[in-house]
Amino acid sequence: MGYTPEMLELIKRVEKSRPERIERAKKGEHFTPLTLAGREEVLGKFHPDYKKEGRRAVKVGPSKGESYPDEFVDLLESKSRLLVDDAALQDLVAYETDVLVIGGGGAGTSAALLAAEHGAKVVLATKLRHGDANTVMAEGGIQGATQEVDSPYFHYLDVIGGGHFTNTPELVEALTHDAPLVIEWLERLGMMFDKNADGRLRVRHGGGTSRKRMHSAGDMTGSEIMRVLRDEARNRQDMITILEFSAAVEILKDTQGRCAGALFYNMETEEYFAIRAKATVVATGGYGRLHVQGFATTNHYGATADGLVIGYRAGVPLAFMHSTQYHPTGVAFPEQNIGLLITEKVRGLGANLLNINGEQFVFEREPRDVESACIIQECLDRNKGIITPTGRIGVWLDSPMIEVLEGPGAVKQELPAKYIQFMRYDIDISKVPMLVYPTLHYQNGGLQINNLTETGVPGLFGAGEASGGVHGENRLMGNSLLDITVFGRRAGRSAAEYVKGLENQSSTLTMDHVRQFHAELQAAGVETNRVSPLVLPNYTREETMEKQLTTHYQGGMR
Amino acid sequence: MSEGQKEFKIATGDRAILPEGTRLVPIYIMGKRYMVPETLTIQKATEYAGYQFIRACGCRGGICGACGTVYRILGDYHLHFGLACQTVVQENMYLTQVPFFPANRAVYNIEETSATAESIMKLYPEVMKCVACNTCTKACPMDIEVMEYVNAAMRGDLAKVARLSFDCIQCGLCSSRCPAQIQHFHLAQMCRRLYARYKVPQAEHLQNRVGEINEHKYDTLLLDLVGSDHDTLRKLYVDREMEPQDSVGWEPQDKTKL
Repeated sequence: MGYTPEMLELIKRVEKSRPERIERAKKGEHFTPLTLAGREEVLGKFHPDYKKEGRRAVKVGPSKGESYPDEFVDLLESKSRLLVDDAALQDLVAYETDVLVIGGGGAGTSAALLAAEHGAKVVLATKLRHGDANTVMAEGGIQGATQEVDSPYFHYLDVIGGGHFTNTPELVEALTHDAPLVIEWLERLGMMFDKNADGRLRVRHGGGTSRKRMHSAGDMTGSEIMRVLRDEARNRQDMITILEFSAAVEILKDTQGRCAGALFYNMETEEYFAIRAKATVVATGGYGRLHVQGFATTNHYGATADGLVIGYRAGVPLAFMHSTQYHPTGVAFPEQNIGLLITEKVRGLGANLLNINGEQFVFEREPRDVESACIIQECLDRNKGIITPTGRIGVWLDSPMIEVLEGPGAVKQELPAKYIQFMRYDIDISKVPMLVYPTLHYQNGGLQINNLTETGVPGLFGAGEASGGVHGENRLMGNSLLDITVFGRRAGRSAAEYVKGLENQSSTLTMDHVRQFHAELQAAGVETNRVSPLVLPNYTREETMEKQLTTHYQGGMR
Repeated sequence: MSEGQKEFKIATGDRAILPEGTRLVPIYIMGKRYMVPETLTIQKATEYAGYQFIRACGCRGGICGACGTVYRILGDYHLHFGLACQTVVQENMYLTQVPFFPANRAVYNIEETSATAESIMKLYPEVMKCVACNTCTKACPMDIEVMEYVNAAMRGDLAKVARLSFDCIQCGLCSSRCPAQIQHFHLAQMCRRLYARYKVPQAEHLQNRVGEINEHKYDTLLLDLVGSDHDTLRKLYVDREMEPQDSVGWEPQDKTKL
C-alpha cells in the first residue's frame, strides 16, 4: 500500500521546494493572505454554496421560499413516517419525563447534565450509541478566551469576522461570554486538557483567530470531551435515563400547541413508541451524510438532519441553512480514509498547502471557506491538482515541515491519531505529505434559536449543530466544540427552568401539526412518496437493492 | 496521472470508484460467504455485501469505538482484532462485529472520589484478579498497553494509567477477552478523570477569567459589539491586533479590551 510510484515521483517536487519554504517560515514570512475583497472574489467563484445548480427553494413550511441544497429540500418536502391519531398516540407512551433530549452527542449530553443539575428528570434518546456523534470526531480544539492577552471581546470579533458579519449577534455574545465558563466546567469534570506543568492551559492559533485560544487534548479533543461528558451522564443515572438505538421520527405537541415530547422508532424491534415530556431539546447534529452535491463528508454515520426535519414540521424556521462548511483538508488518499478530516492543527503547526508542482498557492490560515474555495480553484480551474487512481483529486499538505519547524517527533506527538490512521496504510506523514481536498464538514445553519435556545414553539429547544445562527455563514475551527457545550448547557438549563414554570399541563398528545404539514404539501403541489426523517444513509448497492424486491424504502430502510 | 485538462469522474459520497481490474475476494460475515473488492475496509465490504448497519457503525473514522471486530483467517486458529472501519479485508477472513459487550461500570461522584489506589480498589476490586496474561493488550485495536495500565492502576499510579490509556475509544474488546473479567475501559476512564481533576494543577488564569466573567467585567464590551453596525465591526475586525505565532512574552498595545 502507501503512495503509488507516480505519486511518489510528484512528492519529489514537494521535497525540492521544502527547504526554501522552511527558511521563510522560520523568518516568520508566509504566503500573502487575501484581502477581504480577494476573499469575496474567490468565494463567489468557487465555493459550492454560491453555485446555483443543485439547490432549490423549499415550497412549504415556516422557511418557505428559502433556497437550500436539493438533498435537504427533498427531506423537508416529504411525508411523515407515520401518522397516529390522538387516541392511539396515548397508548404508545412508553416514558414520561420532565426533559427529553433528542441526540446523544456533546450538545445533547451537556443539555442532559445541566437539566439534571437544575432538578429535572431527563430522558436522553439517541438513534445510535450514546456518544456516537460528530463530537468524537472533532480533533483540533475548543476556543475560549482564557489567556490574559485575550478576552471575550476579541473572540467575538474573530467569530463575527470569520462569519462574514452575518452571525446572529446575541448568539455570538452567548458563545464568547460562556466560553471560559465551559472550559472551566470541563476542567472540573476531569478533562485532560493539554497543559504546562504549572497547570496553565496550552493554546494555539486556528484559522481566523487574532489571539491564541485553541485548547486541546492531543488531537482527540472532541473524543475526550465526549468521553468525559458521557461518563458523567452515566454517573447521574438517578436523574438521567439513556435510550440508545431509538430514533426520533416526529415531534409531538399538546392541544395547546406546546411541544409535549416526541415519537420514536426502536431501530432493533422496529416498534414505534412515544416519550411524553414537558420540555424537549433537539440536539441531533448536522446533515453531512446527505452528501450534498456528491461531496465526501467528515461526518458521523447518523448525520442525516433528522432533528431539523421534525423540528421544521413542528413549525420552527431554519436559519442559515443555505450555508454549508466544507473543511478544506479532507483526506483524498488513500481511498479507505476518504473524506475524513485532517485537523486544521496541521496548518496551525505550519504545514503548507502545495499544488502538483510543489508550489504554494494559498496562505495556510485563511478562514475555512476561503481556504476551501482556493483549493477547489487550484484543482478545477487552474488544473494544478493531483489526481488519484480512484478518481479523486487533491493538493498536498506538507506535514513533514512540522518535523523541521517543531523538532523531530513532533508529528507523532502533536498528531497521534492522524499518524496512526495513515500508518495503517503505510503512509508516514512525518516523512511524506498528505493529499487533501475539501470535504463536507459542517452545517452552518439549523433550527432558529435565541440565546436561551428557545425555538419559538413553546417547550421546544435547540442546541449544537442542529441549531443555526451563531456561526453565520462560516464557522471558525474550535467553535463547534464550544457551540455544543455552551448551547447544550444553556438548553438544559432553559428546559429545566421552563418545566419549573409550567402551570396547567395538558395531557392530550397530538400530531395535528403533521397533518397540517401534509395538507400544505398537497396545496403546494408536492406529489411525493418520500418520507422523512432519513434516520440512516443508504449505502446499499443498486444491484443489491434490485434483488431485495422491496416495494418501498423509507429513506435507507426497508 | 498528469496535470489535467482531461475529464475525470469524481467519486461521490462514500461510494468509491473502484480501480479497473479490482480483484474480488471471499470473506465470511458471521459464517456466510460473500465476494467483495479486496481494497475495501471491513465496513465498506459489509455494505458492499448488502448489509445495512444499525449497530456496529458510528464515525466511520476510527475514533468512536462502535465497530470492534473479531476475525480469523480460514485454516488459522489465531484470533485477530480490529475496527471494521479501519481494517482492510483479507481473503478468507471470517469475521463478526462486537457492537456491544456487557461491562460493569461503577457509579462514582467525582467530587467525592479521591485519586488514589483505595478508590480503585473500592470501585473496581476485580482489578486485583489480573493474571497478567496480556490478552487485553493483544485485543486492543488502538495498540494501547492495556495490561500495563491495569498494573499501574493496582499501584494507584493514575498518571501512568491516564497517559497509557489516553487513546482508548471504549470499544470494549479488552473486556470481552479478559479471563479476570476486568472492565478495563471504564476503569481507565475513571482514572483519567480523577488524574486530570486532582493530580494536575488546575489553571489559575482560568479561575481568574471565570471570576472576571462572573463579575460582569465583559458584559458592556460585548453588548457594545452586539449593538455595532456592520461597518464598525468590519473596521474593528480589520484593525484588531494579531498575536504572532511565536508569541512568548507578547502583549497587545491596546489593553483596554482585555
